[in-house]
Formats: sequence, C-alpha cells, structure tokens
Amino acid sequence: MIDLGLLAQVAPPSGGLGDPGPQPDLLDARQMQAMSFMFHIPLVCFGISFPAMVLFLEGLWLRTGDPVYKRLAKRWSKVMLIMFAVGVVTGTVLSFEFGLLWPNFTATFGEVFGLGFALEGFSFFIEAIFIAIYVYGWDRIRPRLHFLCGIPVVITGITGSLMVIGVNGWMNNPTGFDVHGGKVTNVRPWEALFNDYLAHELVHMYVAGYLVAGFIVAGVYARAWLKGRRDRYHRVGLVVSLTIACLAAPVQLVVGDWAARTVADRQPVKLAAFEGLANTEKGAEFTIGGIYEDGALEYGISIPKLLSVLADHDPNGVVKGLNTVPKEDQPPVNPVHLSFQVMVFIGTGLAALAALYLLTWWRKRRLPHSKWFYRGVVAAGPLALVALIAGWVTTEVGRQPWVVYDVMRTSQAVTAADGLEIGYVFLAVLYASLAVAVFWLLRRLSRQPAEAD
Amino acid sequence: MAEVCLGLMIAGLTAYGLLAGADFGAGFWDLTAGGARRGGRVRGMVKRSMGPVWEANHVWLIFVLVIFWTAFPVAFGSAMSTLYVPLFGAMVGIVLRGAAFALRGQAATMGEARGLGAVFALSSVLTPFFMGAALGGVAAGEVPVGNAQGDPWSSWTNPISLLVGVLAVATGAYLSAVFLAGDSERAGLPDLVAAFRARALGAAVVTGLLAAAGLAVVSSEAPDLFDGLTSGAGLVCVIVSGVAGAATLALLWTGRFFLARFGGALAVAGVTVGWVFAQSPYLLPGELTLDQAAAGDATLTATLVSVALGLLVLLPSLWLLYSLVLRGRLDQAYEPLDQRFRP
Repeated sequence: MIDLGLLAQVAPPSGGLGDPGPQPDLLDARQMQAMSFMFHIPLVCFGISFPAMVLFLEGLWLRTGDPVYKRLAKRWSKVMLIMFAVGVVTGTVLSFEFGLLWPNFTATFGEVFGLGFALEGFSFFIEAIFIAIYVYGWDRIRPRLHFLCGIPVVITGITGSLMVIGVNGWMNNPTGFDVHGGKVTNVRPWEALFNDYLAHELVHMYVAGYLVAGFIVAGVYARAWLKGRRDRYHRVGLVVSLTIACLAAPVQLVVGDWAARTVADRQPVKLAAFEGLANTEKGAEFTIGGIYEDGALEYGISIPKLLSVLADHDPNGVVKGLNTVPKEDQPPVNPVHLSFQVMVFIGTGLAALAALYLLTWWRKRRLPHSKWFYRGVVAAGPLALVALIAGWVTTEVGRQPWVVYDVMRTSQAVTAADGLEIGYVFLAVLYASLAVAVFWLLRRLSRQPAEAD
Repeated sequence: MAEVCLGLMIAGLTAYGLLAGADFGAGFWDLTAGGARRGGRVRGMVKRSMGPVWEANHVWLIFVLVIFWTAFPVAFGSAMSTLYVPLFGAMVGIVLRGAAFALRGQAATMGEARGLGAVFALSSVLTPFFMGAALGGVAAGEVPVGNAQGDPWSSWTNPISLLVGVLAVATGAYLSAVFLAGDSERAGLPDLVAAFRARALGAAVVTGLLAAAGLAVVSSEAPDLFDGLTSGAGLVCVIVSGVAGAATLALLWTGRFFLARFGGALAVAGVTVGWVFAQSPYLLPGELTLDQAAAGDATLTATLVSVALGLLVLLPSLWLLYSLVLRGRLDQAYEPLDQRFRP
C-alpha cells in the first residue's frame, strides 16, 4: 500500500511517452471511452449471470426430464451466444481504446495493471471455446457432458470480470508500484491486481449482473404474462429469472453501503462529489436532488445527519468536503451527484419490488396477482440498466480529474493525435446501429415459437 | 525473458493470422460468391464453418494486445497512437464483421441477409487490410517512440504497409479456401469441394506472387529488413515458408485437404516468424530494441507465470473444440444461404 498523501506531493510521472501537451479533444476522448463502456457493460452483466441461469434450467431438465426446462434453456443459450458475440466485439473496442485514446496511460502503467488483462484474456478464451461447444452442442453431445461443458462458461464469466474489475479497483486505489523522479519503478503486479478496492467493486458488480440480467429477462416474460400468455413455459421463464433478480436486489443495498463507506474512507473527495458536499462537516445532511452551484447544493430536499449515518454509521460522524483539495483536483460534481442518486433510488425501488415478490411467495406461495406488479417488472429491466450505467458514471466521473487516482491525470494520459471528434461521430453511429440491430434480433428471436429451436 | 514474451506475442499473432485470418478470408469468398442464387451454396458453407469457431479465433487478438501492453508498454503506446487511423478502421471492421455475421444467421428475408452479408463481407476484407497496413508500418520503421509522434497517414500508406495489407487479405483468402475445401469434403458436397479447391489454388498462386513482389519492395524500401529476411534465421523461415507453400499447392492439386490445412498454415507462419527475426533486435525498427522496450522483470515474470498457467487450461480446451469441430460433432445441417428464404 502506498501512502496516497505522500504521493500526491511528488510530481506525477510524465509517463512512458511524455506529457501529451494540450489536447483540445480531451472531452471527446472521454465521451468515446464512456460510450464504448456503456455499451459493453450490460453485456458483461449477461456474461456474469446468464450462464448460471441457463445451466440451472438445464440442471432442472436433467433431474426431472421435463421438456419445458430444456426448451427454455436452449432458447436462453441462443440469447447468451448473441450477447457473447456482441460482447466480444465491443470488448475488443475497449482494448483498442487503451492504445488509441490513452496511449500514455498504457505506456506508463501497462506493466503495473496489464497482468489483470492477461489473465482476463485467458478467461475470455476459455469462455469463447466452451460457449461454442455448449450452444452448438445441444442434442449432439451426451446430455450430462453437455451440462459439464457449461460449467467453464459460468466460471470464466466470473473470473474474467474479476480481473477487469481488479484493474478498475487499481485505478481508484493505485498500489503495487513506486514513483521515483517521475518514473514508475519497483512494479509489483500481483499487489496491483489484488488491491483493496477489488473486493467491494467485484461483489457490487456481480450482484448488479444478476439484477440487470434477471430483471431484463423477467421483463420479457412479464410482458407476455400481461398479454395473457400464462402457460408453463412462460411461467417457468418468469419465475426463474425474477426470483434470481429479486434475491439479488436487497443484497445490493447492503453491498452498496459497503462500497460507499470504502469510498468515504479512501477517496473522500469522490464521496463528497456523490453528495455535493462542499465543506467538511460533522453530522452532515443527505440531500435528495439538488444542483451544485458556487460551492453549495441548491434546490434539494435535505435530511439532517443522514449522510454521516450512511458514510460513517454515526450520526455525528465527520464527512470530508470537496474543499479538502484544490479546485483543479475536484471531480465535476453535478453529473456525479445526479448519477449517484439515480442509482440509489432505482436500487431502492428494485429492492422494494423484490420485497413484494418475495413476501407474496413466502406468505401465500403464489405469484402476485396485481397487473401493476407485472408492469413494474417490465419497467424494472430498463431501470436496472439505467442504475448500472449511473453507477459506473458515478465511480468513473467521480475519479476525475485522475485516471490513476492521485497519480496521473486523465489529461496526461490522452493521445496527442488529431481528429478525435471524427472518431467520436463514427463510433456513435456504429453503436447506435449495433443497438438497433441487436434489439431487432432479440425481438425476432422472442417471436419465434420455442418449438422451433 | 523479454524474448519469451515476444515469442508468445508472435505465437499469438500467428495463431490469429491463421485462424481469424481464415475467418476474414471466408468473408472474402462470401463477398465474391456472386448473386443470391449462385452464391448461396458458398455462403451457406461459410456460415456453417465459421459459426462455432470465429469467436474463439478472434480472442487471439485480445491475447496479443494484452501481452503487448503488459510486456512492452512504451512500444504499445507509441504504435497505437501513431497508427491510429488504420487501427481505428480495423476496430470498426471487427465490430461490423462480428455483429453482421451473428445477425445474418437470424435474417428473415433475402433482402436482410443480403444487406447484412454485404457488411460482413466488406468488413472482412477491410479489417485484415488495415491490420496488415499497421504491421507494415511498424516493419517499415514508421513508428517513432512517443505519443502520436509518427505521421498519421504515411505511417500506413507507404509501399510496405500497402503491400502487407494486401498480403494479409490474400493470405486469409488462401487459408480460408483450403479450410473450406476440407470442410466441404467432410460434409460430402463435391461441387463445393471443387469450387473451394479452385479458389485455394488461385489464391495460393496470387499470395505467393504477392509475397515475392513484397520481397522486391522491401529490398528497395527497407534494406535492413531485407538483409534480415535474406540471412540467418530470417532466411530459414522464408525458405520454410516457400517450401511449405509449394507443398500445399501439390496437396491441393491431389485433393489431400486435411494435410493441406497444415501446409498452408506453415507457409503463413514462416513469414510472420521470419519478419520478427529480420527486424531483431528491434521491436520498433531504428527506435526501440526489444530490451529497451521490455517492462520490468517482476512484470515479465508475472506475465509468464500467468500465461503458463493459462495455457495449461487453454490448450486442452482448444484441443477439445477443434477436435469436436474437425470430427464434425458440432456441425450444423448444411443449407445454402438463400434456401431459407425460398417458399
């Protein structure tokens, strides 16, 4: 562990390639990265959780011999393959962008954080191999062996994202290297990978994976439910995906609290941006809504002492404010504050929906009757997606102006190349078409009768 | 240790060139297959052969990139930032190719299949061209150390870049035709065997001529690289490549497609490995040697340990995939692409 207080005093490394000088298109580069990331991250959710859901269904089929389970598992595995294919190509964009947009970041710190990606590469490889065997192997490989071929997909979906989250954790909690005379020395790659942020980011993201994929899939079946398609096939599809999402939702509240307290401890300025807290306060209030203007949060609803309770589990706890660092080291407050609140409110709403479902099941052993519940589930999928993206905006924009927290600024990492805005427009059109195409494809798939698989 | 890391990177690059290169080549044959009815049979075979393997084949690129930036970070940053135009093009091409291929499998009308097929096939040609041009830029010594310090255009529009770009497209087409001829034989479709055999022979001749022309361009444009290719280990690789290429022609002629697969692969691998020997000790010719470019020992050790562990799991998995594929266990029913849309 390096002493961040001390590190902030030394000049940050100019890096392997030297300072890029002023880059007028820095914001374009950041937007391009954000856009690529926002497109990729929902697919990661499916990579984390969907194989386990598919395998759960196949396991039920193997145990009971009920063909409904098999039909669903087969159908879901097709969706899984499409999600994986799109995830492969959008993930490739992210690896290119490490060099195309942030060459000085990678040139300076590649040897520190690169190990995580090397390991992720292998996970990804094994995932690609077994997902192909699994999906193309239906009815061609003996059932039990086919089930076994799905297990590596589940494991690698988890290990792959573990490594990438390790790198993101490291960017927020940089460790495993020293800075001497503006140069990175004494690199300890394993220490960098297993940094103190890995655990909470990992669990937070995994639970989000189950929430997002679970609610999106459940939304499809809830819509069919509302339209009166209530046969066993649709019922099983709904119950499996919804139960998984609803078990994850309350857990996420607890994990989110853990994550926020770690941030309060290690990145107090980031937490201050979450809450638009200008000055260090004892017994700080929590503000719902509001716009940060001239060093204060205006037009919000304040709840006394709640922020101190959340950040410190103590109503009189001290919460550090933005002004503990100079203005040029503060993140942009409004986007961070807004996205943080969106995430928290959606997360809470999803947990309430989940509580309703779980209570009905526990007390009455049946599904809720109300149409509004199913409308809620239909809305929950897109909302979970919004919360996911808002959460990543919170942590990534909240880390600004640093790419490596307190060590390297994003403006030092960026490429010195011209024409970033052209690339930005190009990529935006590409992603928009891809989104339309994937949506169209999944819709088409959902309309085919399941017997056709 | 830096040498071992470079070796791994080149092994990965060769695997990518052979496997994903062939997938791109399949797109080339898809593009040139002709109208919906005439090309339907070729396109159906392309779909059936690529389906189960293209994603795994693509991952070699990720493998190469991550080893590159972990083991040789400064060279990575310099090359990616200077060669941003072709690499951006390759990146867009990868997205379009993969997405359009996956989507075409679900097309409901001939019109949709034709539109998606055009995107798939065009991006399959552009992507290897851009990647080849970028590699050619490195070989031609157009990448200085620094953040986007090279020329964004001449770094990849110089003669060597253009040549390597075209060679990459031709190589993929050649390998792909060899592989597809073998797959067609296994599927028991003699007309497609004949069609791909003819394409493989034609592509083999074109690729061989391009490679020979390439040597002439290299001798005038990059004399140091030429010296490397015509002496020592570089020369051995070039000879191996030439002999393997000639042997593959003979194997194709006599219809032994299974062996031709390996002959064709060896011919291509010879060129990649020969290039590395030819520009040794430089990673970025004239700018950065391998030792200067290498990350610290701790990182290299950690990378090698993880790669070794990773390979322990990866190699048996790959073996399982390809043995299932080559034994036809994952084969889907063959269907000409246009047939689905006929009443």
